[in-house]
Amino acid sequence: MSGNHGNGHHRHDESSASLRARALESLLIEKGLTSSDLVDKVISAYEQDVGPKNGAKVVARAWADPAYKARLLADGSSAVEELGFGGALIAVVENTPTVHNLVVCTLCSCYPSALLGLPPTWYKSFAYRSRAVIEPRAVLREFGLDLDESVEVRVWDSSSELRYLVLPERPAGTENLSEEELAELVTRDAMIGVAKVQAPVAAR
Amino acid sequence: MNGPHDMGGMHGFGPIVREENEPVFHEAWERTVYTIQRAIRARGLINIDESRHGIERMPPAEYLAASYYERWLASLERNLVEKGVITREELEARTVLLRDHPETPAPEREDPELVALMQEPPSGQELYQRDGTTARFSAGQRVITRNVHPTGHTRLPRYVRGKRGTVHAVRGGFVFPDTHAHGQGEQPQPMYTVCFEGEELWGPSSEPRERVYVDLWEPYLEPDGA
Repeated sequence: MSGNHGNGHHRHDESSASLRARALESLLIEKGLTSSDLVDKVISAYEQDVGPKNGAKVVARAWADPAYKARLLADGSSAVEELGFGGALIAVVENTPTVHNLVVCTLCSCYPSALLGLPPTWYKSFAYRSRAVIEPRAVLREFGLDLDESVEVRVWDSSSELRYLVLPERPAGTENLSEEELAELVTRDAMIGVAKVQAPVAAR
Repeated sequence: MNGPHDMGGMHGFGPIVREENEPVFHEAWERTVYTIQRAIRARGLINIDESRHGIERMPPAEYLAASYYERWLASLERNLVEKGVITREELEARTVLLRDHPETPAPEREDPELVALMQEPPSGQELYQRDGTTARFSAGQRVITRNVHPTGHTRLPRYVRGKRGTVHAVRGGFVFPDTHAHGQGEQPQPMYTVCFEGEELWGPSSEPRERVYVDLWEPYLEPDGA
């Protein structure tokens, strides 16, 4: 089985899923329903361009501009359109010292992809989907976030095409950072609600 | 339907396993499935609710054993067969061919129109938001979810059926998944974000100070007179 990589005959152990996917692809190409240039022309760019950086820009703007933040919380879809993410259906929920928000999709894998890209595998896992609504504090502790009992936990189960983004708390010590510098602090996990945004090392 | 996909509140799935610096796709075929799905969606051949319902209809043991993109693949196959786009027989024959002759090249075909369609797909607002519905409930109103168990597609999770909640927000008209998944049209309905107290859902085992917010369509709700 070894030593034959690259000669076109190395797929002895190709999985059933891989064979089925290739079979479906070839049939659909023959039927004119899909084509062989889509990965190069569409999907590769999507893989590289669409990711949490978009959401981080939204968060940083909200931190830097209170008027924008107010618009974002009132109507997420319109506010993200201002930053070039038009057409997305977005609701933004704000973390405060007394409220912590967490996003899940118990029924499938709904996620604010326009702002965060494709979800990580753990977000789609049975463990996260089943547990986030019944024991969110235990879930958050697994992510290293131990909330005080006085903090209210709000879990958003994304059952519609409206997608939820968490606006994390702005960390202390970031008063002098530019919007671009703020955006670099914002992580995907903080915008799902399983982490807080950490201040840069110099500010801690 | 009361399928294995409806996981909110289930026990036994263990800790949440995370992968640092995870790639977007772990295997080449996952990218293939994702690409097919995007193309089929862009062409409007299978809508999002039909896709989801295709996954939900997997036999429960298969659903639980499958990976994420295996579930997408199963749904694509099922929906494309049901819509008469492909047959099970040709899919099986092509799979056997590729298994026995893995070097068989994929057919080459370029499609600039499809590429353009996928680069500028219809937005979420265009696809799912609809004017012209009239909301029966308003923010702050107490509601109770229907205790219903439809055998078809629904976005009313089991753990919030027959539960009392409060309308948190009125979101406007949205395409109704329960009909959209079944070739019965969009039939837009007012959609609401409803807030449930943790104790209403989980009883005394609820964690302290928990609230769950779920997006629910008007036909799932009744006014709470109690």
